[in-house]
Amino acid sequence: MNPIQNVSRRHFLQGVAGLTLGIALPAVSQQAGAAEAAVAGTPFEPNAFVRIGTDNIVTVLSKHLEMGQGTYTGLATLVAEELDAAWAQVRVEGAPADARRYNNLAFGPMQGTGGSTAMANSWEQMRQAGASARAMLVAAAARRWNVPATEITVREGVVSHAASARTVRFGELAEAAAAEAVPALVTLKDPRDFRLIGRHAPRKDSVAKTDGTAQFTQDVHLPGMLVAQVVHPPRFGSRVKALDATAARALKGVVDVVQIPGGVAVLARDTWTASKGRDALVIEWDDSAAYRESSDQILARYRALAATPGKTARKDGDVEAAFQGAARVVEASYDFPYLAHAAMEPMNCVVQRTATGLEVWNGEQSHTVDQAKLAALFGLAPEQVNIHTLYAGGSFGRRASTDSDYVREAASIVKALEGSAHAQVPVKLVWTREDDMRAGYYRPLFHHRLEAALDKNGRIQAWRHRLVGQSIAAGSAFEPFLVKDGVDHLSVEGASSLPYAIPNLQVELHTPTDIPVPVLWWRSVGSTHTAYATETFLDRLAVSAGQDPVALRLQLLDKHPRHAAVLRLAAEKAGWGKPLAKGKPGERRGRGVAVHESFQSFVAQVAEVTVKKDGSLRVDRVVTAVDCGFAINPDIIRAQVEGSVGFALTAAFYGEITLKEGVVEQGNFGEYGMLRINEMPRIEVHIVPSAAKPTGIGEPAVPPVAPAVANALAAATGKWATRLPFVTRQFKA
Amino acid sequence: MIQLTINGKPQQADVEPDTPLLWALRDSLLLTGTKYGCGAGLCGACTVHVDGQPVRSCVTPVASVAGKKVSTIEAAGDSRVGKAVQDAWRKLDVVQCGYCQSGQIMSAIGLLSTKKKPTDADIDAAMAGNLCRCATYVRIRAAIHEAAKALA
Ligand code: FES
Ligand code: FES
Repeated sequence: MNPIQNVSRRHFLQGVAGLTLGIALPAVSQQAGAAEAAVAGTPFEPNAFVRIGTDNIVTVLSKHLEMGQGTYTGLATLVAEELDAAWAQVRVEGAPADARRYNNLAFGPMQGTGGSTAMANSWEQMRQAGASARAMLVAAAARRWNVPATEITVREGVVSHAASARTVRFGELAEAAAAEAVPALVTLKDPRDFRLIGRHAPRKDSVAKTDGTAQFTQDVHLPGMLVAQVVHPPRFGSRVKALDATAARALKGVVDVVQIPGGVAVLARDTWTASKGRDALVIEWDDSAAYRESSDQILARYRALAATPGKTARKDGDVEAAFQGAARVVEASYDFPYLAHAAMEPMNCVVQRTATGLEVWNGEQSHTVDQAKLAALFGLAPEQVNIHTLYAGGSFGRRASTDSDYVREAASIVKALEGSAHAQVPVKLVWTREDDMRAGYYRPLFHHRLEAALDKNGRIQAWRHRLVGQSIAAGSAFEPFLVKDGVDHLSVEGASSLPYAIPNLQVELHTPTDIPVPVLWWRSVGSTHTAYATETFLDRLAVSAGQDPVALRLQLLDKHPRHAAVLRLAAEKAGWGKPLAKGKPGERRGRGVAVHESFQSFVAQVAEVTVKKDGSLRVDRVVTAVDCGFAINPDIIRAQVEGSVGFALTAAFYGEITLKEGVVEQGNFGEYGMLRINEMPRIEVHIVPSAAKPTGIGEPAVPPVAPAVANALAAATGKWATRLPFVTRQFKA
Repeated sequence: MIQLTINGKPQQADVEPDTPLLWALRDSLLLTGTKYGCGAGLCGACTVHVDGQPVRSCVTPVASVAGKKVSTIEAAGDSRVGKAVQDAWRKLDVVQCGYCQSGQIMSAIGLLSTKKKPTDADIDAAMAGNLCRCATYVRIRAAIHEAAKALA
């Protein structure tokens, strides 16, 4: 059955005439709209996937956040393809929070964006929405012209009847189409007939993001709005012992100072005054319950844990026996630091208490989770929390905070104003870069230990992989789906799914629970560390057995054709096996490879590096082959790969959050460096043609980058990098 | 009140003199295209032009630009070079999250205003202070070359 429903007549409250299609749902009372609905005397259903206005504009309502990955463009492409709209007439808007209509089909009952699922879960849904609208436009035209619908064609936003030489634009048909029945069944196009999917559809956000008009949360200005800045505790778990806000309150423009669960907020008319007020606060902290360990101590504990068996994440064959019979054992261990997301737009959120509920403006990545948390804070029903989704200036997972940290913080400031003169003004919480970097919600620090047993011919007989690190899902709404038998899938993904044919294979996990540093998914999640450990370790085994790294992988990937295909393609395009051009005198050069599957996409990369005498290095070239199913927009896939390479190199070269006696040592880009334009390698992207259902590309090109570079460094210098970020003095000649 | 010339128009900003130009633009004049990224001159997201030179508005007190000509991303398309840069950015779909891009574009306009045909080394020198977390650097470089071609 076609799940798409006509909701046009419910839409007039927003002043939109024309055709609006949403998702079929049983009627439900909508508290948020109840007041207005009562006035109009009709159910209020402000939700849809596609709306065609009498102004000839096609608006696609995106249930997913646009945080840079081209999601708005991708979803619009799917709708426009089946609708046969002209690309120029298509606009995209963020859909409101509504888990029933706008849930992520990959997450079940939740609305949210992540796990590189936006295209995969929308592939059919958005095309159905477009095809349904097209069928209704055709039906309306057939009725108007009194001709059979089968004689009508649609192209580029124009409905035509060739025999009578009549044409009409979508806009002129929109109202009539709204009165047509939604077809019970729609037939989607044969991919051979695609005109937009698989081709170049320019990004829908390019204009607004190049003339300053794109609206990010940071840019929200509302009448009467106050700006809040917050002093956060110096350590995780510190509490306010004494607060002196006299000086802050005395500043011109400071409106109020309120204490909230996570600190003290200063409210002012503008951002600069709020930050001056915040600097003027005198706070004494109670550190008695605060966390005081240093990251070195955490690492030392993790190393000790890795010497003991952990919870089993995967067990094939008999690893113990295989190690006993080994001709040779190879082992290595790896350290991965905490990493901040450091999205270019520091976290922020606008919240306003109204007579009927809560209005929220946010680069909203986790609608359902945030909506529920905010509703609970104010004793509201979730549908009374109305979320306006704006562009996010990057996220990389940060805006999908499992416990809604910064969103709750904004709301708790509003809550602290209850009963005051400012109880119902909009409040914009603005984090500084330092707030953003020190707040936690990091990619967890991990330690890995790998051991392999080789037989006398150098063949891998056994592989034991132990991981130690905090769980991301534990304690969150995601725990029931992600944690099984004490193993958080997000900790071991990429390690427990090792594709190589190794007869005895065991993956074990330790999950320390006594560290209160908040941790979170970070672009490509577990694979950020598992791909590095597994792919550099495999290269070590290849080298120690005197085998070519590509040939060895291909041998072990017999049952994994998609891995093997991207690996072959990347190797071929990179000229694997051909000698690498020599560097300048004193320079050493190397080439390395890695392949990894994440989020059901397959990526292989070949990196070329040059290392100078002093150990400093540059990555010259990264060749990528990717299989992410049907390529909806090849140019956006290339852009995501380019960006992913830069993102991964930032982590490999610079990324490290450290704690000293519980205090985060980094605060801004001076201490937490980022790759710059002059360090960007040449990038080549090759997309495997595929008819398979599309998967994601926002994350999967991140994991293989660092291991490919590390393998190239080993080829150049003979040294294995066993920690990230790289320590370049290790590569000194 | 501080008297300013922003994008060719006289403007008054009702802010304290120590307020960084960034916040005067964003909060007082509602020119929100200029972005806050670090507040410390480290990322370039806040880049505007003062008398034609790219500056970091987050570390430029508003009082120091009184009487000078400030131009921001909102007026980028008004100049021939700015228009060429915007067009190239759009043609190559440079943006991802977009948050750094106002600053990137203002720096690129600064470069192309003084160097008609920048080399890759010129681009590195002019653009290395503009961070992009989405790492759109490949396309930034290509778009600058593209704009230079269009302007030639
Ligand atoms: S915000 Fe001014 S340089 Fe970063
Ligand atoms: S486009 Fe996102 S930071 Fe540059």
